[in-house]
This record gives sequence, structure tokens and C-alpha cells, in this order.
Amino acid sequence: MAEFLIRNGYVFDPLNGIEGEKLDISVRDGWIVEKVSRTARVLDASGKVVMPGGVDIHSHIAGSKANCARMMRPEDHSKDPEPKTRYARSGVGHTIPSVFTTGYRYARMGYTTVFEPATPPLKTRHTHEELNDIPIIDKGCFPLFGNNWFVMEYVRQGRIEELAAYVAWMLEATKGYAIKIVNPGGIEAWRWGGNVRGLDDRVPNFDVTPREIVRALCQVNSLLNLPHAVHIHPNCLAEPGNYQTTIDTMESVRDIPIRGHPIMHVTHVQFTGRKGWSWPDVRSGAPEIADYVNTHDHVTIDPGQLIFTNVTWMTADGPAMFALFKLTKTKWFNADVESETGAGVVAATYKKSNYVNAIQWGIALELALLVKNPWKIFLTTDHPNGGPFTAYPRVISWLVSKDARKKLLDKINKTAKRRLDLPGIDREYTLYEIATITRAATAKSLGLGFKGHLGVGADADIAIYDIDPPEVDPAKEYKAVRKAFARAAFTIKDGRIVVKNGEVVRAVRGRTFWTRPQVPEETMKTVIKQLESKFDDYYTVRFANYPIEEQYLSASRVIATSEGA
Amino acid sequence: MANLIITPLRDFKIPVTAECLSPDFVAGKSLRDIELTEVWEGNRRVKLGSLFRVYGETGSAPGDCTIRISGNVDAVRRIGFEMTEGSIQVEGNAGMYLGERMRGGSIVVAGNAESWLGTQMRNGQIEVKGNVGDSVGGSVRGGTKGMRGGTITIHGDCGTEVGAWMRNGTIRIKGNCDLYAGLHMKNGTILVEGNSAGRVGAHMTKGKVIVLGRMEGVLPSFQFEEIRSNAKAGDEKIPGPFYVFSGDVNEDGEGKLFARVSDNPDLKWNERFLER
Repeated sequence: MAEFLIRNGYVFDPLNGIEGEKLDISVRDGWIVEKVSRTARVLDASGKVVMPGGVDIHSHIAGSKANCARMMRPEDHSKDPEPKTRYARSGVGHTIPSVFTTGYRYARMGYTTVFEPATPPLKTRHTHEELNDIPIIDKGCFPLFGNNWFVMEYVRQGRIEELAAYVAWMLEATKGYAIKIVNPGGIEAWRWGGNVRGLDDRVPNFDVTPREIVRALCQVNSLLNLPHAVHIHPNCLAEPGNYQTTIDTMESVRDIPIRGHPIMHVTHVQFTGRKGWSWPDVRSGAPEIADYVNTHDHVTIDPGQLIFTNVTWMTADGPAMFALFKLTKTKWFNADVESETGAGVVAATYKKSNYVNAIQWGIALELALLVKNPWKIFLTTDHPNGGPFTAYPRVISWLVSKDARKKLLDKINKTAKRRLDLPGIDREYTLYEIATITRAATAKSLGLGFKGHLGVGADADIAIYDIDPPEVDPAKEYKAVRKAFARAAFTIKDGRIVVKNGEVVRAVRGRTFWTRPQVPEETMKTVIKQLESKFDDYYTVRFANYPIEEQYLSASRVIATSEGA
Repeated sequence: MANLIITPLRDFKIPVTAECLSPDFVAGKSLRDIELTEVWEGNRRVKLGSLFRVYGETGSAPGDCTIRISGNVDAVRRIGFEMTEGSIQVEGNAGMYLGERMRGGSIVVAGNAESWLGTQMRNGQIEVKGNVGDSVGGSVRGGTKGMRGGTITIHGDCGTEVGAWMRNGTIRIKGNCDLYAGLHMKNGTILVEGNSAGRVGAHMTKGKVIVLGRMEGVLPSFQFEEIRSNAKAGDEKIPGPFYVFSGDVNEDGEGKLFARVSDNPDLKWNERFLER
């Protein structure tokens, strides 16, 4: 394979502590190496920024609910067609791009690894079918565990070891990567038309509380030593005053010993960081949450930045989606996945003039700016809930420039502007911090040791952006920054140039990451015996047909659990 | 007025998408520029000049431009896309999405037009002398924003879902219309001078549909209100009397259906509700 030398670029590599130094990067056979031979192809990156390929931790890009949203929203596609080129297939956008377009659009922004954060275990075969087809990027998916009947039964009986074996079996069977919890207990209650009100509400028929579910799964995560933390979407999503539930959720696992990395990742906090008692009086709970995150090391968060545009809400949180559907009166899809979870999809539009939307936008930015340590917060829009992932460059421009924020602040709802702390926050991200929140910190959080940095031995996933750091002041020229991040000058995936000047020039195939946690054989045997007997009662699928074979994934890589430690 | 004449060079077997056939685009451009404009023919980009003969003259402002399309252009889509001023005359049949998102000016079609006529239009006039396909003045598939203003007049018949998701404006159909006229209608007026195939106003929340001919049944989610001596379509007073229904109750709607008494003996049984 080809050898490369990326010469004279300003390298931003937070995991190796390199901040804008002029360095040469050598690439051979898809990896970053110490040195290449003299015949290596030279890529001149002078006057450009070199970063590791972007790593997105939370983006709903594949699976049955994404597909339902595609079917439900043809109008979303009609305005955003993507013609076929010599190298790329045709497709459509916008909030739920077609499978191939998803890969191309991520690659154009310099992203090379993306994780689908919520897949019902039973439907994960579908998720993998879509992930297989997404070109260029590496990917993975997080199966849902928070409302699973088996999980809740083990939790009630307090059999943590057996729960760990079940989770391990499930992760291997579905080729999943991490534990995802969505509204623990709430979706089970939704089967009976209800929801849980907080961490200590009882789940109907199971006699467990969301707190017990969260704690047990965090203990399991610790026991199995999974590479990523427990990825959680807390209770009471999108309700006014839910910031306290979010803090309580984080607090509930504080005493569980951590092994080197945080035990919990709370996602799209913008939706669960609201103060107030009712909609007209919603305030930002960002200062409190940021304060908690700043003083505790066992959690990380991502804001789920809101963008003022059309969006599609999709989550496993059925009750929250129904509540939002009643507010928006647009289109609603609801699903129930046997004994595992549910799902909801709603079409929506965020407006600058809307008070609540403007507050939401502010919450996300306040979180990003008030959490002092960039290793604890990651850039997401919770695609497509807060906005499409193609809006990342815009979010970056808000983070690096106070002027950019101010410009939009002048256009949003006046009351919201008055009630937000955002106008008083002067912090501006540096490019180094941007590189942290978009690639280094996410790769570290996912436990992918070979991603998100440019050290020797890492995958040669590199993004080169057309920004000249000594010349360009991001705070002033935020438009240039936004343009540069929207269209990478080069994206290199596994040592091959896939994007040049923002256009796809080669469509390579990415891999799917999954984990195979180790548990004692005895426990696994007991658990499998229990599962076999209960599967016939609980499922429409036979036990033997449930697991997804490794060959089903077109290209995969097992991340051994020891790597995560 | 400057006339620009456009003649198709052949029959198009596959659809041509030509947003450029609008006064706003051609204004101030030379004939050569117009011929060199790229349009989609199926999945290929071709020059407009290879499909059409372009002659005549273009005005300097869109308001001065008249585009005359002589010949059948059934396969040509999006004529008059987002036009704001000026006029288009189609001397044969026109294709789908004629006058999509139009904001002003006028379009006259001497023959028939295909579906999605005046989709999401905001203002202006469209007149079709022949028949039209489905979703006149409607929204895109799955969309919730239909026509917002302007007038559409159809001298012939039209297909299903006339004025779906319509928010304002007037649609006047001199012939008959198929099922689901005024589907999901939010406001505005639809006047059907001929017969309607039924299921009128399903999911409507406001606005009115007036049927002068026979209305094949009223949906059960509509309530009979009264008999009114005449109906109003814009400024025009239409003599009745009319049975008036309101709904769609499923959507908590306040939409009104008008069905002329003389042509609708089937609806006579509703009169017994008046006695009380």
C-alpha cells in the first residue's frame, strides 16, 4: 500500500499534547509510522491544520427508527438531493440522509468514526445491514438495555454477576459496543400508557426503580470493563425542571469505583437540563449541571446542540416522543420492540422566535462553554434530534467565536436572551480544544486507543482543514473556520485519500467495532440456560436465531475489553 | 413585452427538469446564455439548447418577460419554478410541478397539465384550459405546507387531493374533481363547479370547499350545520341554497363544506336535524 508524508501542516493532536506545531506525519499501510521511505508520496499541508479524523460518539445514523423516519418524511429529502458523482452514489439529505450519503457527508467534514447510539437489540441486524453499507467511516452501535425484561428481572433479584453475563452475551450476540440506557423503566411504563416521574418511581410489574437499573448496569460496566462508559439518556426527557433528575442520575453512581475512565456518559444534556416548572418558565439548568461535571470525574456529557432548522426527533423514549407530538402536532411514529424497548419518531422545526427553542439552544452552548475541561464534553447535535450532523461546522463557529454567538443571540427570542447566562460568557474555544471535543476526547471515551490521535501506531485517519493558524484568528474569522470544517481539504481514511477539497474522491469501506466481554464460563452457562427457557415465552424469535453472526458484518473488528482499561 | 419563444425539438421520452424556464431566470440573459443553461434530462445534465429551440427576445426585468412554449411539454417539469413576475404561456400540455413555489406573475396552459400543479405556490395566477392531474395546489409528498396564496383556475377536470394542506388562496375547478378535495386543508377556498367523487375535506381544520354539483357523500366526521342561501368564494357570491357541514371533527376543525341542495338529494336526510 501507499506511503504518505504529510508535510508542514500545523498539527493539532490533543492526545499527544501537540498544539499547532509544524510537523510531518508519516503514513504507511493505513497506519501512522515513525518514518517513510524517500519515495513516499508527499502531501503538502503548509498553511493548513492537520487533525486526527473526527470521532462522533452519538449520532442516529442507522437502524430501524432511522429508516422509519426516512419513510415518514419524504419532504425532508425533496429539497436536498445529492447527485451521483464519479466516485459517490446519489442520495438525499437532509435530517435523515440516505445510507450512502451519510458516509460521504461525514467524510467531507473530516469525520472517520461514528457511533449509532441506540439500537433495539432485536433490530440490530437491521442496524448492521445499514452500517455495512455506510461507506468510508468506521462505526459501531450501542444496544439498548434500560427497559429490557431480563435486565429488570436480574436487577430485582440483585444478581449482578448473572446480569453481567447476560449483558456480555447480548453485546456479543448483537455485535454491540456499549451499554445504552434510554429512560430507564420509563419505556416499560409506556407500555401501560405511563412514564416514570423520576429515579425512585417504581416500574410497573417489575418492582424496580430507574435508580436500581442505572446502578446495576453501571456496576456491570465496571465488572465487564467495557471500553466505553454507560451511555445514558436520563428520565424525564424534554420536561421542564428535569435538570435535577439528570444531576440525580449522575449522583446515583458516584460511589461505584471507576477503573481509569468515567463510568457514565450522559448524552444530549440540552434535552434534560431544563429548570422551571412549566413551558413558559423554562430556564437553563446548564450552570448547575456544568458545576456538577466540573467537580466530579465519574461522568462525561455531550450537549446535543440545537440548530434552528427542521429536525427529526428519534429516540427509544416512546413516552417523551408522544408528549412532544402532542405539542407539535406534526407527525408521530411509535414502536414497541417486544420485551426490549420502544421507539418514537416526530417531525419538528426549531424556531429562533420560539422561547423554549431559544432556551434549548442556549442550554447546549452554556454547557459547552461552562464545562471547563474539554475532555469531559463532546461535540454533538444528537443528530437528527438537535440538528443534522452537517451543522457541526456551525456549532464549531459558535464555540470559537463570541461574535458568532452574539450575532445569533440578537436574533433569538428576546425573553430567552434575557434569561440566559450565555451573553455574559466570554470563553472562546481554541482549535486545540475543538480538536479535543471532536476527536481526541471522544476516541478516549470510547476506549479506541488507535483513533483520535496521530501518534505512531494509530490508524491513519487524518483530516486536513484549510485554516492557516498564524494568519486566521478563529474568533474574528469564524466564517472561514466554519467553511473549512464543512469541507475538509483532505480526509484520509486508513491511509487513503477519500476526500479532496470537500469532494469525495474515493469510497472505501469502513469497519464496525464491537466488543466481546469476558465473563466466568460457569456464570455464562447458567445464564444461557435461563435465557433458553425464557426466550420461548418472551420472544417471537428462537434463541438460536437471535445472535448475529460475525460474518454478517461486512468488515468488523473486535475491541477486546482489556484494551479499554 | 418581450416574447421568448421556446419550441421542443423532439418528444421527450424521459422527464426533463427545467427550473430555468421562468421569467426570473431568463430576464436579462442573451439567447445564447439560455441555450447553454444546463437542465436535467433523466439523470443526465444537458444543455437547454439541445432540447429546445430558443428564439425571440428576453426583457431586462422579469416583469417584461413572456415565455411562450409552443408544443407539448408534458415531460418537462418545474416550469415557472419560484417565478415572481412576468408570464408563461404553454400552448400545448405542461408537465408536473408547473408553477411550483411560484410567488407572482401568471401561467396559462392551453392544453392539459400534469400533477402537482402550483405546489406550495405563494401568489400569482395559474390557468389551465384542459384537465389536470392530482394534488393541485398541494404540498410535496409528506410536506405540511401547501399553497399559501394566489389563484388556480382549471377549466377541465382534476384528480385527487386538490388543495391538500392548502393554507390560503383560491382554487376554482370548472369541471369535476376526484376524491379527497381539500385534504388536510388549513385555510383558503376550493370551488368545484362540477361533481366531486367524495371524501371532501378529510382532516381539514379551516377554510371551505364549495361543490356546486353532486357531492358523493359527506365524511362521518362532519357535522351538519344549516342550509345557507348562498356561499362566498372570495368576493364572488354564489347562489345556492347549500347544505353546510363543519369539520373535520377528528382534527377539532372548523372547516366548512358547501353542497348545493339542488344537486344533492342524497343529503336531504340531514334536513331533519333542522326541525329541532
